[in-house]
Amino acid sequence: MPVDASAKGKQYPPFEYEVGREKIREYAQAVGEDNAVYFDRGAAKAAGLRDVPAPPMFAVVYSAGALGPAILDPEVGIDFARMVHGGQEFVWGEPVCSGDTITTVAECKDIFEKDGKGFYVFESVSTNQDGQEVVRGAWTNIVRGV
Amino acid sequence: MDVGDSIPELRVTPDRFLPHRYAGASGDFNPIHIDREFATQVGLPGNILHGLYGMALVARANAAAAGGDPRSLKRLSVQFRGMGLPEQEIVVTGTVTATDGDRATVDTVAEQAGKQIIKNAVAELRSP
Repeated sequence: MPVDASAKGKQYPPFEYEVGREKIREYAQAVGEDNAVYFDRGAAKAAGLRDVPAPPMFAVVYSAGALGPAILDPEVGIDFARMVHGGQEFVWGEPVCSGDTITTVAECKDIFEKDGKGFYVFESVSTNQDGQEVVRGAWTNIVRGV
Repeated sequence: MDVGDSIPELRVTPDRFLPHRYAGASGDFNPIHIDREFATQVGLPGNILHGLYGMALVARANAAAAGGDPRSLKRLSVQFRGMGLPEQEIVVTGTVTATDGDRATVDTVAEQAGKQIIKNAVAELRSP
């Protein structure tokens, strides 16, 4: 049975996230970052940053609220029991720092079938309070046995 | 960095409760990552690491190779393969495949017990 690609192109409401220094600390510790810029405002400023920066992969924290409704959308129709996160790409722009407000929008970019698997590709675009793009993500979920 | 150079290897052994801390930090509380009983009931060998945690280790190894500044990592794409488990060492290795001025492209893999858990990872770095 071919996958239903009718949700391709569907866009989801923006999600706003306020970046906080202690959340950055918690995330940085969980992934084992030891660079002082993630923990110490003085070290961050000495490195030319506005404030404590988020590690690049903190992108998943502020994007999740935009991606969730897209991936869970019944119109997209992902069978979660057979889904795996197949691939992920991020392209980073302006650094994200404590105090920033990040707005993320998500879109169902592509749905297709290949080798008996369904591929569901979502794109997220995150911008800061000044309208600068901070990250663009491509999230690929694969459903086996479609 | 020159074409053919290896980036410094990153070796990390996530402890038993790392998936719980990563769940809290990331907001991903899928029980396959934090509930051993649930995970084994759905046919997994145990509660498994978050794929995006493995990707964060790949990001760390690449940013470290460019001096550690978060602004040095411009792009990272990965494929998740297999599954990572807590309490086993993860080894991240990479090789520079292209350079252009202050930019470098690094092919990276993350392995655990000799099996790739992240493959075809490509990072674009910019020297600060």
